[in-house]
Formats: sequence, C-alpha cells, structure tokens
Amino acid sequence: MKTSRQLGSKALYFLLTLVALLVIYAPIAWLFLASISTRADLLATPPRWIPEHPTLKNYLDILVPGTAVSEVARTFKITLGNSLLVALTTTAISLVIGSLAAYALARLRLPFRNTVFFGVLSVRMIPEISLVIPLYIIAARLSILNKPIVLILTYLSFALPFTIWMLTTFFETVPEELEDAALIDGSSRLNTLFRVVIPVAAPGIISTALFTFLLAWDEFFFALIFTSTVAAKTVPVAIAEFTGRYAVDITAMMTGGILAALPPVLLALIFQRFIVSGLSAGAVKG
Amino acid sequence: MRAVSRLFFVVVLLAVVVMSAAGCAAPQQAGGPKVVKVLAMQQAGPTPEEMNAIVAKFNESSPDVKVEIEYVSYDALHDKIVTAMATNPPSYDVVLVDDIWYAEFVKNGYLWDVTDKIDQNTKQEVFSTAWDITSVNGRIYGMPWLLDQKYFYYNTEILEKAGVDVPQTWEDLIEASRKIKEMGLVEYPIVWSWAQAEAAICDFVALLYGNGGSFVDSNGNPTFNNEKGVQVVEWMVKTVDEGLSNPASISYVEEDVRNVFSQGKAAFALNWLYMYDLAALNPDESQVVGKVGLGLVPAFKGSGVPSATINGSMGFSVIDKSPNREAAWEYVKFLTSEPIQKEYSAHLLPVWSGNYEGQALEELKSLNESNPVTVPAFSAQIVYSHVRPKVPFYPEFSKALQLALQEALTKQKSPAQALNDAAAKWNELASK
Amino acid sequence: MSIPAVKPKPMTLTQQRLRDGFWLLFPGLLVIFGITLFPIIYTFVLSFTETPISNPTPQGFIGIRNYLYFLTNSVFWAAIRRTLYFTIVSVGVELILGMGLALLIHARPFGWQFLRTSLIIPWAIPTIVNGAMWRWIYNADYGALNGLLFQLGMIDRYRAWLSEPVAAMNLVIVADIWHSVPFIALILQAALATIPRELEEAAAVDGANVWQRFWNIRFPLLQPAILVALVIRTVEAFRVFDIIYVITQGGPAFGTVTISYLTYLESFSYGRLGGGAALSFLISAFTLVMALLYIQLLYREDLR
Repeated sequence: MKTSRQLGSKALYFLLTLVALLVIYAPIAWLFLASISTRADLLATPPRWIPEHPTLKNYLDILVPGTAVSEVARTFKITLGNSLLVALTTTAISLVIGSLAAYALARLRLPFRNTVFFGVLSVRMIPEISLVIPLYIIAARLSILNKPIVLILTYLSFALPFTIWMLTTFFETVPEELEDAALIDGSSRLNTLFRVVIPVAAPGIISTALFTFLLAWDEFFFALIFTSTVAAKTVPVAIAEFTGRYAVDITAMMTGGILAALPPVLLALIFQRFIVSGLSAGAVKG
Repeated sequence: MRAVSRLFFVVVLLAVVVMSAAGCAAPQQAGGPKVVKVLAMQQAGPTPEEMNAIVAKFNESSPDVKVEIEYVSYDALHDKIVTAMATNPPSYDVVLVDDIWYAEFVKNGYLWDVTDKIDQNTKQEVFSTAWDITSVNGRIYGMPWLLDQKYFYYNTEILEKAGVDVPQTWEDLIEASRKIKEMGLVEYPIVWSWAQAEAAICDFVALLYGNGGSFVDSNGNPTFNNEKGVQVVEWMVKTVDEGLSNPASISYVEEDVRNVFSQGKAAFALNWLYMYDLAALNPDESQVVGKVGLGLVPAFKGSGVPSATINGSMGFSVIDKSPNREAAWEYVKFLTSEPIQKEYSAHLLPVWSGNYEGQALEELKSLNESNPVTVPAFSAQIVYSHVRPKVPFYPEFSKALQLALQEALTKQKSPAQALNDAAAKWNELASK
Repeated sequence: MSIPAVKPKPMTLTQQRLRDGFWLLFPGLLVIFGITLFPIIYTFVLSFTETPISNPTPQGFIGIRNYLYFLTNSVFWAAIRRTLYFTIVSVGVELILGMGLALLIHARPFGWQFLRTSLIIPWAIPTIVNGAMWRWIYNADYGALNGLLFQLGMIDRYRAWLSEPVAAMNLVIVADIWHSVPFIALILQAALATIPRELEEAAAVDGANVWQRFWNIRFPLLQPAILVALVIRTVEAFRVFDIIYVITQGGPAFGTVTISYLTYLESFSYGRLGGGAALSFLISAFTLVMALLYIQLLYREDLR
C-alpha cells in the first residue's frame, strides 16, 4: 500500500516537473523559432509552430559584417560590446568598493551600522525616472553623455547598495575565529580582508558579481536617454530600436533578443552553483 | 553620534563639491569649427549612409562648421528631444520633429522661429500644405521633411473580377465593396487602422475632412463633434456592422493593414507611402505584387471636396537656445535644398513643387521602380491633405480622442456621446 | 539600535575601529551619495515648483500644490490602484508558484536538477528581451497565444489582447511572473535545503501528513526567506516601469499606467518636471514605508 502511494506521488511529481519545464521553455522556444524564421513563416495564419523554411539569415545579418540591411542590425555587435564593457566595469568597481564597505559593516561592529545599512538601501526606493533629468543635466555639463563612463557611474549608484547588502551578508557568515587569528598575528584590517575573509567568502562574492552583472546588463531606461550613438549604446537600446515608426522588424528583434540574452544566461548557467549559495545566504541570514 | 555626523558631513561636503564643480564647469572649445549636432531618425527617408553623405558634403563646403548626426528610433525621438532641452547648451542644435509635436515644442519655446529667414522663392516653391506641418499660429518653425500622407490603395485584380471602377467617393466605395463581398471575392473588402492609437486619428482626419468637416473652427473651438463628425463615426460603425470593413480593424495599426492587404485579404486600404514599395514590388513581403493601384483618397458626396487625407510629415527645426543656431539653420537649408533633395529622391519625395513639373518630373519618376506611380500620386494628393490640430496639448487630447473612437467602434458609447466626451476633454485641456 | 551593547573597550581600539570603518565605508558612500544626493535634493526642491522641462532651473514656487493636486486627482489614484493590483497579484502568484516549485524540487523527482537549472534561464533573460518576447506572443494576428487558444478551441476568434485594458494588465503580469518566479523559487528552495532532514523524517514517522508537515515544520522555518523574497519583489513590483514601457506603453486607454509610468508621462510627455518630482516622492514615501515595515518584521525574527 505504501509503495503504490509512493509510486503515485513520484509519478505526480514527475508530471509536475514536466509541466514546469514546458512553461519555462515554451516562450523561449517561440522566441528562438521566430529568430530562425523568414518573414513569410512568421506571418502565417494559423501559426506554423515549426517554420517551413528555417534560416540562419537573421543571425548572419547581425553577426557577419556587410550583410545587414538595417543600420541597427549592423551595429548590433558593437552594442553587445558596449554592454559587456559597461557591465564588467560596473561589476568590478562595485565589488572592490563594495567589499570594503561590506567588511566594515559586517565586522567592525560600528555603532551606526544599521543607519548606514538602511540609508544605503533606501536610495533604491527613489524611482529611476526622477533621477534621469538631473543626472542628464550633470552628464551634459561634464560632457560625458554618449560615453560608457556615464552609464558606469549611473549603474554604480544603484548597483553598489545592492552589492554592499549582499557582500555584508556573506562576510557575516565567515567565522570570526579565522580573522581573529590573523589579527592577533599582527595583520592589519585590510590585510585580513584580503587574505582571510575574501577567500573564504569567495562563492558569495562570485554570486554577488553575477547578480551585479545581470543588473547592469539589464538596465534600459537610463541607457535609452543617455546614449544614442554606437560609442556607448547598449544592447537593450538596440533591441528597442528594431521598432520603427510604423513597422516592427520582428525577426531581427527576436534574433537580437536571443543574442542579447546569451551572455547573461550563459554566465548564470556557468555559475549557477553560486546563485544558489547566494540566495541561500540571503535567505538564511536575511 | 560624532562618528555618524562626521562621516556624513564629509561625504555630503565632497558630494556638494563634486556637483558644484560639475555645475559650474561649462567646457567649450575656445576656437575651432562650430559644432552642430543633429538628431534624426532611422528609417526616415534617406538611409543613414545617404544622410551621412549629405553631412559630409556640407562639412566640406563649410569649413568653419562641423555637423554631427545621430539616429534614434521614432519612439525615443520625442523623449530625447525633450531631455535635450533640459541642458544648457542643448545637446542638439537641429532636431527632426514630428508634425504632432510642433505645437507642444513651440509653446515650450524649444524651436527657433525662422519665418523671416525663409525667402519668398522658397515660400512659394515648397508645397503650401508642407508649410502646414512646421507652422504654428502663422509662424514657421522649420523646414518640412519627409512629406507623407495616407494614400488610397486598391487591389486591381479584385476590382477587375468584380467589374467595378476605382471609386471616387466613399459612397461608391461602399457599393463596390458590397458587390465584391457578394461575389465572395474577399470576406472583408475594406481594412482600416482603427486601433486605439494615433493611427485611428489619422483615418478619422481623412474621413472627417472628406465629409466637409474640420477639427476646430476659426476661434479654436472644437467642431469635430458636430453633425459632420458624428456622421463620419456612424458611417465607420455601419461599415463594420455590414461586414464591409474588417472587424479586426479596431485593433489594427498601419503594419497590420499592410499585412492584410499584402495577403490579398482586402480590396481597399488607406496607408502611408511606405506600403507601396513593399506591397506592389516586393515578392518576399507581398502576395499581391503587380496588383496594387494607388489613387486619390475618396471623399463623401456633397462634401465639396474631391478628396481629403491626412498629412503626417515631419520637419527639421533649429533649437532656439542653440549657441550655433545660425550655422544650424544653414545646415537645415542645405539638407532641404532643391538640388540635394533631387539627388536623394529615390527614398524621399522632395518638398519642392518644381520637382513635379516638366523635365524635373520625368527625371524624378525614373529614379526608381516605384516613382512612376508614387510621384504623380503624391503631387495629386498633397493639395488635399490636412494636418492634425496644432495645439500644445495634442498628445493628451489625442489619447482622449483615440479612446472615444474606440468606445464608439466597440459600441460602448454612441458616436455622438463619444465625440462629445472628447470635445469636453479638449475644452478642459485648452482652458489650462 | 539592535546591536548588542559593546563593553567599553580601551579608547584607542574603539577609535581605531571607527577610523577603519570610516575609511572602508568612504569610497562606497562617496559614490552612492555623490551620484544620487544632488539629484534627490534637486528633485525634492522641484516638487514644490512648477518647472517645465525646457528650463529645468527650479522656478515658480507653489508650495505643496503639486502634492495636493495628485492626492486629489483620480488619475493618480487609478494609477495607485493599478500598481497595487499589479504588485499584489504578481507577488502573490509568484510566492505561491515559487513555493510550489521549491517544494517540487525539494522532493527530488526525476529530473529535478534539470528543472532547477532551467529555472535560471527566464530569470537571466534581460527585461527588454522578456518584454519583446511576450509582446510577440500576445500579437493579435500572429502570436502564439491566439494560435494556441484557437487551436485548443478555447476561443473562436483571434483577440487583440493588448488592446483590451483588463486583459493587457493581466498579460503584463503574466510576463512579469514568468520572469520573476525563478528568483523566489530558488530562494525558497535553498532555504528548504537547510532544514535538517531529521526534523522532517521525525514528523513523518510521527504520522504527520503532507499538509501538517508543511505548515508546522517547513513554513515557520522558511519565514525569514519568504520575507526576504517578499520585500525585494514587492518593492520591485511597485516600481515597475521597463516592462510596461516595452509591452504596452501605458495603454490601452491608460489601462497599464502604473505609478512609475505616470511619473514618466508627467515629466517627459507633458513636460511638467514639478509634477513628476512630486510623484517621485510620493512613490518613494510609499515604498520606503513598505520596505521599513517588512524589514521590521524581518529583523524582529532575526533577533530571536
């Protein structure tokens, strides 16, 4: 009796798993199929679930130089590069500065720790829309519009609170005895941070880096307003530009979408171990 | 706590110092060529290569001016212009402005009044309806560009099979449609772009003026909700009820109209110029290649006009507070000058009426495959095209009118009720 | 403060800690406040004025009239209602589905690792790609939604979903849920994994059924994790903007105008910086209160 119930529940769970997988992959499959379709396939009614004439033309248009029809497609690769530059730089700087601050908040038992902690987090409460205009004015004065640096600085301002929060949580999980041992041996605070805390908290740091990278890669509105040329335009802006005045270049947009999603998805899959540890630290410690 | 206040104080102080430095710094090149920054749109007439070539030519001929040009998508254009106005000096000196933004931008003082800088010759040679685009309250704020209007498209094969002539009035079109439907040639002969979007307003303008109506009277009071306007909307609803207008039109925009027409599922459609190339000449995009006719948009009998359509063009304008506005204006004049327009008219129909007469006309027609049809259609239609009302609150009002049309078409309100509500919104906005 | 009182140490060490703390925090705080402080103050000042975007120097001081205007304006409250609807439905469904997925993975059925890995993909896809993808799915003529429903016989005619205000809002919520459920599911699953198996096995031996096991053992231990997920997602959902901009642009008929989108309209479309600024602070106040409430709940747990 117990065995058949167990078997029943196992079958049920498996079925649910299949359903979940279907819901996860169906939209992505649709996106992918659109990217390998011709326009004729795309506009068939009823929809052709498998394109009749699958083609890699859309990808070639974007990736191979000289074949693209539209300006947006041709410059898409460059925007991918811009996104990469901005996201990586933001992440790197965030980690460095964030580690210092997180260490102070986690270890130094500072009397005003909570105020600083919440103060930093509360900056995230302001909706981005309202910060755009004043930041735009300043950026114009400093002549940094349309340059990657303006995006890096802007993203730092909202990536840092997040990074500091996550890293603080991780540093708090490092056993104090390890640090105390190093301190007694005469090591300075900074030294301890680098030699002891960071190596131990490395998984947490990696997951923080991943989250920060995704945050920067994802950002859309500031990039839209602050950049318009290939000098600094990022991938979300490029995707938005596939929408013309009357026409939407659907195949190009879906292809661009797949390409834009690849770096963050690949990174996330490679480092998935750390995502789980990152989230669990957040969950356990709060 | 001393530590807190000390920390915070230093941070704030530094922040203020940095920001003030940013605020006061206004780096300007001491000498060197004046830089004129242009904001244009992709897919707006000439290709970016061609636009860049024009810029290169200008830079060559004017060594003390350097033009730099950027392209954004239409959706971002309005926001980028508006954001650019927040800076001093403004981030752009020349901007491409859509017809419906002119009133708003002029009211807010963004654009330079160039009425007096346009010579008589230019005034006369450019189509008068083109000036409607860039004029607000009788003053001119830019050079017209990318003249576009909705044309009347019809499927020649279907008309032939049905044995009907190309209709000249909406009443004739209804008759023709009934016949086409009876013969089972097409389920819904007419397709429109009546989604709750700007596209619906465009169709409404064509029909309203085609009924002898107008948006406002000479005092600026709304007249679109008078009996002529109501008749138009009632007619729209009736054609859907009768099954002559495709019921899905209520959620269609221009692209959908193009798709339906290009699949041969409609006999009649209104759309902008861009549809012609794709539907009539491009076998990858259309199943009705070679069967597309272009004609004058019909009007209602007894309206007093042979045709009426919507004029939905754009214009290049100079920013009023640009430090280089003289140089900027020179560029705009160059860009829109007759020789340049003639050279690049494969993708952009010129605004100069001279190009549509005599020898120039023949040259123009021979420039590409579609011009022999589109050029005469353009010059015939342009004199009957109308702009949307040039009021600064147009974006907000447009949303109200879009809603009204949608409510009437989905029978949530009577046409009269819907239009009156929109008129009430107009009055509310106008009184602010 | 909730930090346990430190026994008075020799002055030099405390001062050393404070000095170290100061310098370690300094770069981070400089960047954060250096970049955001001026805009925040500027926006605050603007909210009491009537400043147009064409001349953004604060001018036309009108006191709290902007705030009063919005608080008495039906458009504002409609936007609040919509935002609350979006937040509550979004977060609510995400929590339930996330919990379900977490429990499912925890039960280790065949393929659970693949499922957990797959969950990462929707979450890692950039917001704008997510928006564009769902917009295409909802397309009135060629989209997968219409195709699927029609072929399953659930609708007899294609519908323009994004042109119907109620449908549009709910479909945007669906897009957001698909994107955000993995986040919650993974947090909860990680937390579940830390519950000692002995506890659960003991309960099973004692005869507790599935429901009892859930409510009495797992749920209490998961509360911190649930709260964390709730705080983050609620604040994010309340501020939603990007996905609305991409899929519906506030339409149809203002049906998806959330409070952030309204701020965008005020500042950019209507050019009223003063109004936009006032809205920003109203939103910030709201989210701050919500976040503080949650955090109080969270840290009260922590102290136990």
